Amino acid sequence: MSDVLILNGRMIDPASGVDEARDVLLRDRRVAAVELPGALKSVAAAETIDAAGMIVAPGLVDVHVHLREPGQTYKETIATGTAAAAAGGFTAVVAMPNTVPVNDSVAGLEWMLDAARESVVKLFAMPAATVGSMGGELTDFAALCAVGAVGFTDDGKPVLEDHVMRAALVAAARAGVPVSQHAEDTRLTGGCSMNAGQVAFRLGLRGMTVEAEARIVERDIRLLREIEKAEGLRPHLHVQHVSTARAMDAIRDAKSQGLHVTCEVAPHHFALTEDAIADYDTRAKMNPPLRAEADRAAMVAALMDGTVDCIATDHAPHAAHEKEQEFERAPNGITGLETALGLALRVLHKGQGMSLARVMQLMSAAPAGIVKLEGRGTLGVGSVADIVVFDAAAAWNFDVARTRSKSRNSPFDGAAMLGRVMATVCEGQVVYRGSE
Amino acid sequence: MARSSKYAAGCLLSVEDLSVGEVSAVLGLTARLEAMPKNERAEMLGGRRVALLFYESSTRTRTSFELAAKSLGATTTLVSDKSSSIEKGESLKDTGLTLRALGAECIILRHPASGAPFLLARETGLPVLNAGDGMHEHPSQALLDLRTILTRLGLDASRVDATSLRGITVVITGDILHSRVARSNAMLLPRLGAKVLLCGPERLLPGDALGLGEGVEIVREFDAALSRSQVAMMLRIQKERLAGLELDLGDYIARYQLNGERLAACAPEALVMHPGPMIRGLEIAGDVADGPNSAIEEQVSHGLAVRSALLVRAMGLGGFKSVTV
Repeated sequence: MSDVLILNGRMIDPASGVDEARDVLLRDRRVAAVELPGALKSVAAAETIDAAGMIVAPGLVDVHVHLREPGQTYKETIATGTAAAAAGGFTAVVAMPNTVPVNDSVAGLEWMLDAARESVVKLFAMPAATVGSMGGELTDFAALCAVGAVGFTDDGKPVLEDHVMRAALVAAARAGVPVSQHAEDTRLTGGCSMNAGQVAFRLGLRGMTVEAEARIVERDIRLLREIEKAEGLRPHLHVQHVSTARAMDAIRDAKSQGLHVTCEVAPHHFALTEDAIADYDTRAKMNPPLRAEADRAAMVAALMDGTVDCIATDHAPHAAHEKEQEFERAPNGITGLETALGLALRVLHKGQGMSLARVMQLMSAAPAGIVKLEGRGTLGVGSVADIVVFDAAAAWNFDVARTRSKSRNSPFDGAAMLGRVMATVCEGQVVYRGSE
Repeated sequence: MARSSKYAAGCLLSVEDLSVGEVSAVLGLTARLEAMPKNERAEMLGGRRVALLFYESSTRTRTSFELAAKSLGATTTLVSDKSSSIEKGESLKDTGLTLRALGAECIILRHPASGAPFLLARETGLPVLNAGDGMHEHPSQALLDLRTILTRLGLDASRVDATSLRGITVVITGDILHSRVARSNAMLLPRLGAKVLLCGPERLLPGDALGLGEGVEIVREFDAALSRSQVAMMLRIQKERLAGLELDLGDYIARYQLNGERLAACAPEALVMHPGPMIRGLEIAGDVADGPNSAIEEQVSHGLAVRSALLVRAMGLGGFKSVTV
């Protein structure tokens, strides 16, 4: 495989503590050399990326994407969704199992991960925790892990029954992977289409309460504690897309007690509030819903204070005709792969003063660690040659008409972004080149 | 207002679409249309096409919009979900585009989903009149209620400003949670100077209702609220939207029914209103509904007049520049 040189950039690699000028040589899908500027100039590489004025960082990792294949390829395919990922600077994504059929079998998982799907970046998957994501019988965790499962989830739905969630946590602990939970007590959210509160009342929409999210998080944490005590196991709970201060407080508390809990926050939950729904804009409809300003501020605070482990997009493409419906009927979800970095840099780095190293930690090293991606999320010599090169100072506006995704359901069309991806390299191959 | 670029002028999706000046202009137009000779009025919308698109049952609203359109000379067509391709799964967008292709120049929409008129207005580009959307709003009802209040209180019903209802307290009682009429009135009347008291049990009136705006207050005890009010609007309990909520009706009647005894004790002079449909013996006693304080039938008549004005406004007719903002 041909060599790639990335010269003159500022390398930010939180995992190895590097934040200074470095040139990088990529060879045979690996990082072959990381040297002071100039040291690699005698190498004759097939491809050279001039990263002067740019940040060179480990490729971004998203532990929560919906690629809709198999079964809903009119919304997205693995090829189009991962092309959007590459454009957003991501080099590895974890596909959720709520495809049609649900990804709950070895055959299904192998099909999804097959090269014939033409994934543009490295594709990983979390199969369903229960058969058909029906919340009853567990899937075969050991067999699925043997063919590449990096965790288990019934995402889109919670694992509601205590004894089933308990069994899932135990089985996942034995397999050494997390259970990733969509925290929503669906017994409390029937017919709801946005956050509960004054805005929902004024719009005449039924609202999901903070309690519906917090109750499941609190229940799962209790199960962790019980399992640690009773079984001597150390299960790993990963809480998806936390959106409420109350759930975040529960997670902070559990972490301080030493339980193995990690969590993600989606860019829309730190960038927007329920006011974005305005006149029933279905592009601002997702689950968990956009919350009140106090909750948004709590997500930002938790990102700043270290409670949040990673940023994940919950990229959820839907066809135009599905979103062009009455608000209550329109499906939940927005696309997010191409706007995540631009929002993180604008809201957290520029807006809150978060260091670039911490942003990279949240978007690469930490998510890679949560799902144990060997050799990813870092740029140490010998690690996988997954790299994003971006201009951290470039201000631009997202134009959804130019998305690589098959769908355009983004509330960020026209929104200000900070930081433009100039190149994405996955396993030594340049998979995206930005213009300018 | 701010929404104008996305929506055709003449839309009425929410009472928030109307500035106080526009509310005043609608009332002025209503008065002028009412005073107009019948034959002249019948030419106002001659040859124009109005579609009534109803996804929910309705007696008053549908009939009054239809009669209003006809009295102005417009051709009307009624499409209901029960007897159209909506039953076959046609979307609201496609239904709207079909009506537009058939020449509809204005669509009057009633729909069980909050916000549906916004979708229809965006997708068709036509003026859309919201005839009730889910639990959200019923703006023409609030305007006809306003006209009823002004008329019965002996105030000028042909114009309003921000102080027209100063000193007037309106209590809206009952199933506020599910009521689009309550929301539209609570968002409109305070802008004209009124105080609005919302009254009902917690389950039908959550504290979040205070977000409807300035000038709105929650009072749990009906007698106390009624004693402070010059106008009492009663609301039906919307069984079709209760979604599993269970109520002790006997207890509800004891605490919230407007009956002759309560009216005499708390507010013998109060104007009694009800947007209908009313359930006699539940939220309101029959003798009060038929009694001298009741303006319930006048509300219906004002509905016809106000909806005529809204149709003329929707069609953007010349000579009424002040209302075609």
